[in-house]
Amino acid sequence: MAGLELLSDQGYRLDGRKATELRKVQARMGVFAQADGSAYLEQGNTKALAVVYGPHEMRGSRSRTLHDRAVINCQYSMATFSTAERKRRPHGDRKSTEMSLHLKQTFEAAVMTQLYPRSQIDIYVKILQSDGGNYSVCVNAATLAVIDAGIPMRDYVCACTVGFVDETPLADLCFAEESGGVSSLALALLPRGGQIALLQMDARLHQDHLETLIEAAMTACKGVSKVLDEVVRQHLQERSVLSGE
Amino acid sequence: MLKSKTFVKKTRSGGVMKIVREHYLRDDIWCGSEACTECKHESTVLQKDACIESNLCSYPHYLVPDTNVVLHQIDILEDPVIRNVIILQTVLQEVRHRSAPIYKRLKDIIHEKEKHVYTFTNEHHKETFIEREPGESANDRNDRAIRVAAKWYSQHLKASEAEADGLKVVLLTNDQGNKQKAEESGLLVYKCEEYIKSLIANPELVDRLALSNDEKNEITSSKVLFPEHLPLSRIQAGIKSGTFLQGTLRASRDNYLEATVFVQREQDDGTEVLIQGLQNLNRAVHQDVVAVQLLPRNQWVAPSSVVLQDEGPAKDDGVEDEDEENVLKTSAAESARKLTGKVVGIIKRNWRPFCGMLNVSHIKESTRHLFTPADRRIPRIRIETRQASSLVGQRIMVAIDGWPKDSRYPNGHFVRSLGGAGEKDTEQEVLLLEHDVPHQAFSQAVLSFLPKMPWSITPEDMVKREDLRSLTVCSVDPPGCTDIDDALHCRELENGNLEVGVHIADVSHFIRSGNALDKEAANRGTTVYLCGKRIDMVPELLSSNLCSLRSNVDRLAFSCIWEMNHKAEILKTRFTKSVINSKASLTYAEAQMRIDDTNNNDDITVSLRGLNKLAKILKRQRIAKGALTLSSLEVRFHMDSETHDPIDLQTKELMETNSMVEEFMLLANISVAQKIHDEFPECALLRKHPAPPPSNYDILLKAAKSKDVEIHTDSAKALADSLDVAKVDGFPYFNTLLRILATRCMMQAVYFCSGMDSDFHHYGLASPIYTHFTSPIRRYADIIVHRLLAVAIGADSTYADLTDKHKQSALCNNLNYRHKMSQYAQRASVAFHTQLFFKSRGVLNEEGFVLFVRKNAIIVLIPKFGLEGTVFFDSKDKAAPNIAFDEEGPTLKVEHHTFHIFDKVKVTISLDDSNIQHQKIRMALTEPVIAGVSVAIPDAEPQAKKPKLDR
Ligand SMILES: [Zn+2]
Repeated sequence: MAGLELLSDQGYRLDGRKATELRKVQARMGVFAQADGSAYLEQGNTKALAVVYGPHEMRGSRSRTLHDRAVINCQYSMATFSTAERKRRPHGDRKSTEMSLHLKQTFEAAVMTQLYPRSQIDIYVKILQSDGGNYSVCVNAATLAVIDAGIPMRDYVCACTVGFVDETPLADLCFAEESGGVSSLALALLPRGGQIALLQMDARLHQDHLETLIEAAMTACKGVSKVLDEVVRQHLQERSVLSGE
Repeated sequence: MLKSKTFVKKTRSGGVMKIVREHYLRDDIWCGSEACTECKHESTVLQKDACIESNLCSYPHYLVPDTNVVLHQIDILEDPVIRNVIILQTVLQEVRHRSAPIYKRLKDIIHEKEKHVYTFTNEHHKETFIEREPGESANDRNDRAIRVAAKWYSQHLKASEAEADGLKVVLLTNDQGNKQKAEESGLLVYKCEEYIKSLIANPELVDRLALSNDEKNEITSSKVLFPEHLPLSRIQAGIKSGTFLQGTLRASRDNYLEATVFVQREQDDGTEVLIQGLQNLNRAVHQDVVAVQLLPRNQWVAPSSVVLQDEGPAKDDGVEDEDEENVLKTSAAESARKLTGKVVGIIKRNWRPFCGMLNVSHIKESTRHLFTPADRRIPRIRIETRQASSLVGQRIMVAIDGWPKDSRYPNGHFVRSLGGAGEKDTEQEVLLLEHDVPHQAFSQAVLSFLPKMPWSITPEDMVKREDLRSLTVCSVDPPGCTDIDDALHCRELENGNLEVGVHIADVSHFIRSGNALDKEAANRGTTVYLCGKRIDMVPELLSSNLCSLRSNVDRLAFSCIWEMNHKAEILKTRFTKSVINSKASLTYAEAQMRIDDTNNNDDITVSLRGLNKLAKILKRQRIAKGALTLSSLEVRFHMDSETHDPIDLQTKELMETNSMVEEFMLLANISVAQKIHDEFPECALLRKHPAPPPSNYDILLKAAKSKDVEIHTDSAKALADSLDVAKVDGFPYFNTLLRILATRCMMQAVYFCSGMDSDFHHYGLASPIYTHFTSPIRRYADIIVHRLLAVAIGADSTYADLTDKHKQSALCNNLNYRHKMSQYAQRASVAFHTQLFFKSRGVLNEEGFVLFVRKNAIIVLIPKFGLEGTVFFDSKDKAAPNIAFDEEGPTLKVEHHTFHIFDKVKVTISLDDSNIQHQKIRMALTEPVIAGVSVAIPDAEPQAKKPKLDR
C-alpha cells in the first residue's frame, strides 16, 4: 500500500493541522537554579532541555581564546529514551557533532559575542523526546535559555523545519512527515531583521520551489518568535511579581 | 496562528515499537451543508433540497455510506442519480488502505461538482473523534466512528435551521450488527440494497448493485468446486520461506484452461510457471497477483498447443468440463514439460469492468444470466438483471463482485450498456475500452491551456529561435495526413558539402509541463490510429493545425541540422528551435514522381533528390552495420467516403521515398539521443530494443531448416545477412515469409530512463543508442525528449520532474503500456474492418501459406489481404479426422497429408458471425484435397460456415 497521505484533499495533515500551522509550543524558562540560564521547550512531542553557562573565563585549552569576542561552545545530545527505539547514544557521534556545530554557528550569528572578549559561553541542549524537527526545537529552547542567562542577543533566533508536499509547503514537520519522503529544510531566522542565521537542507528539491519553501519557513519562524516572545514576557512578569513581593 | 486545541495522544503499535503521534482536534471543520447557518464555511457542497425520489425516505436527506458500501457499491455511487453524499474521513482512509483503484474512483466522484459529495474530516473534529476502547477491534472502532459522525450530523442539522427543511442523514451499511447499533442510537439506517430498491424513479439502478455475500449462497449449489484460498498471512509466510511464488497471472488467449504466472526468483531472472486446469487456476482471473505453489515434478505438464475456447451454450456448473480438461492431459515429451504449479491464494485482485455480451438464460423468468466478456482471457460472469430482454444483442459492461468457492463462474453486476453489437460505433467503443485507451473528449480544463486563436508568432517567440523560413523545406507523408510532424530540407553549401535539416513540430512550445493539457497528454501517451478514426493525444487545434507543419504557413519547429559530405558522413550536428515555412506538403507518391521526373529541376525537387541520394547511402551503411529489415504485412482499407465501410483492401506498398524519410528520422533520433545522453546521463529518455533470447528463434530455425535454408542468429548482423541470402527456387515469397516469422521472434522495443538501466542497445536498428524525437504530435516520449534537448541547448528552462529519474521511469512504464495497448487496439480495429469487408464479399477462395503448425490446426497467411486465419481440423460437429502432430518438424499429419510450415494451400474465407461477439474470419481448406476434411470450392454454401447456435 502506498505510504501515508501527508496532506489530504481537504487540506489537513496527518495529525490534523493545516499546512501552515505549527505544533503546540509550550515552554518554561529558568528550570535549573544552578545554571546561568535554562529553559525547557516542547514543540508537539519533541521535547528539549537547554542549559547555558557563561559568559565565563576560557576553560581548557587557552589557545581557542578569541581576543575580540566570546567563544560559543555548543553540545547537543539525545537522551537514550528519546526515540521509540531505545539505543545507547555515545557522546560525539557524527550526527550530534554535526548538530552541535550547526547550533554553534546559529548562535554565533545571534549572540552579541563582541561584548565578551576572551570569554566563553556554553550552551548544552538535550533532546528528551524526539518527534521531528530536533534542530529547530533545540534552537528555540536554547534561545530561551540564553535570554534567561541575560546574555544580549541581536534578536530571538527562531528555527523551524518545513517540508514540501504536493506543491504545498508544510510548516513544522513531525517525525511521521519527516520520514514520509518529504524534502525538508531547516531554517533559523532573526525575525525582526529577517536575517537568516542558518539554512540547512540535504534533500533534493527543485530550484524553482526553493524560494516558496524559504518563504514558508520564514513565516513559520516568525510564528515561533511570537510564541517565544510571549513565554519570555510571561516569565518576566512572574519574576517581577516574585521580586516585587 | 496557533489555535487552542486539545490534543489526544494516539498510540499505534506495530511490531515491537510503540509509536506516539499527536492528534489535533479542531473546532473549525464545517459540515458543508447549504442549509446550515451555524458553520462559518465559505462555500458549501451539500444541497439544501437534497431530493432523491425514494419510497423509504420521503424527506430530503444526505447519504452516509460506510466503508464496505463504498468498496462494493462504487458503481452505484458513481451513478449521477446518487447525489448529496457525505464521505467520512474514516471511510476515505479505509478505502485508501484497502483498494487503490476504488480509492481513485471515489476521489473522482468527490471532485465532480454535480455530485455534491462532501468529505467530512471527522477524525479531527472535536465532537466526532473517538478513541478506541479496550478490547475493541479496529474495525469496530471505525464503525462506531462512522455512527458517531452520522449522529453528529443529524443533531447538527436539527440544531441549525436546517430542520425547517426536514433535512436528515441516512446511514447506509450492509453490516447487520452495525445497522442494529445504529438503529439503537436513533439513526436512520438502511441496507444499501434496501435503499436502492426504494428509488422508485430509477429502477435501473438495481441492476448495478453488486451482489453481497448473503445472496451468493442462493444462486449456486452447495457443491464446493474449488479449494479454499489461503489467508494473506500464510501466503506471506510461504513466500518468505520459498514454498510459494508470487506473480501476475496471465491467462492464455487460446485456451481458457491454461495460464502462466511470471515469477521473480532470486536464483534467476524470473521464470514462468504454467497453470493448467480449472482446479489449479482456482478462481484466479487474468492479471490477478497470485501466490503459486509448484507441483511435484512428475505432475509437470507441457503447454498445450490445443486451441480451446469456452464457447457454445451456457453449461451448468462444471459437468462437461472434465472431458475438455482431458484433452489437455496428453503425454508430452519429458523435455517439453514446464514448471507447473497451482494457485493457492490471491494476493491482489485486478478486476476492472469488462465489456462483453449477455447469454440470456434458457429459463424465461430467470433474472440470472451468464455474461461472456469480449476478452477471452476473462472467465464468464454470472449477473443478475431484470432487463435481460432489452440487453440481448447489446454490448454491455459488467464488473465482478466475487468468486465463491462453490461457483463455477464469478458473480458480477451490470454497469452500463454500450450499444448494439456489431455496430461500428459500439465495437469501436468496446475495443477502446478493452485496450484501456483514454478516448473521452478533452475536458474544459485541458482545452483552457490551448493558445488563443487567432494565433501568430510573437517577437518573444523569436528570441531563442532561428528564422529558417527562407529554406526550401518540404514534408513527405502518407496521403490524407493532417498531423504532419516532420519536414526536411537539403541544400548545397558554398564549401561543397551538403546541409540537411530535419524539422520537427515544436509541440513542447505549446504544451508546458505540469498543466492539465500536459498531464492529459502524458496519460494518453500516444495517438491511437484505428481504421477510419484517430484518437488524438493532444487536442485537434494543435495536432492538425498549430503543430502540423503544413505548407505555406509559418510554423514553430525544432530543427536538427547536419553538415554532411557527399558520402553522407556527418561533419557537424547542431540543434536549434526555429521558424519554418514549408514549401510543399507532398505524399510519398508525389515526392517519388518529382524525383523520377528528370525534367523537373525546381528547388523542392533538387532538395528531394539530394535527400534521396544521401538516404540510400545511410541505409546501406546501416544495413552493413547489421540493422534488420523485417517484414510485416500491413493492410490499408479503402473506405467508402459516406458510410465509412471498407470497400477495398490492399497491402501497403513501400516506395523509395518512404525509406528516404525514415532514414533521416532515424538519423535525427540517434543524433538527439546522443546529445541528451551527453547532457543528462542520469535522466535521458531513451528507447532500446533488447536482443531476443536465443530460444525465441527456435521456430524460425526449424521453419528455415525444413526448406534446407540455414539461418544464423548469433548477432543481428548474422541474422540480417542470412535472411538476405535465404532463397528457395520457385518460391519467391519464401523470403518475405521468413522475415515475417523473424519479426515474431523479436522483443518489444521500450522506453527507459538512462539512469535506471545500463543496456542501451537497439537491436533492430543496430544502434548503440536511440530515442524518439520526430513525432511529438503523436507520442509523448518525443515531447519529453524535446524538453530535454531544449534545456541542453539553453532554449528552454527545466523543471523538477524532468530530471527526476524515478518519475521519468514511472512515465516510461506508462508510455510503454499505452504503446502496447494502442498496437493491440490497432490490430483489433483492422480485424474488425477485415470482418466487415468479408461480410460484404461473401465467400472467397484464396491462396495462402502455412505460417505455423499447431496440434489441431494450421495457421494460414493470405498475402493478398495480409490476413492470418486458423484452419481447425477437429470441429465439434463432425467426426475428427486422424491427426498426428510432430513437434520436431513441426508438422501435422491429417489423414494422409502432412502439413509443413510454408506449404502453399488454398482456403475459402468467409465471415463466421454465428457468435456475434466474436465474429471471426473462418478459413476452410480446399486444396490440398483431403477426404472428409477439405471443402468444395465455393459456389455452394461451404460446410464450415454452417452457423452454430449460440443461445
Ligand atoms: Zn453546519
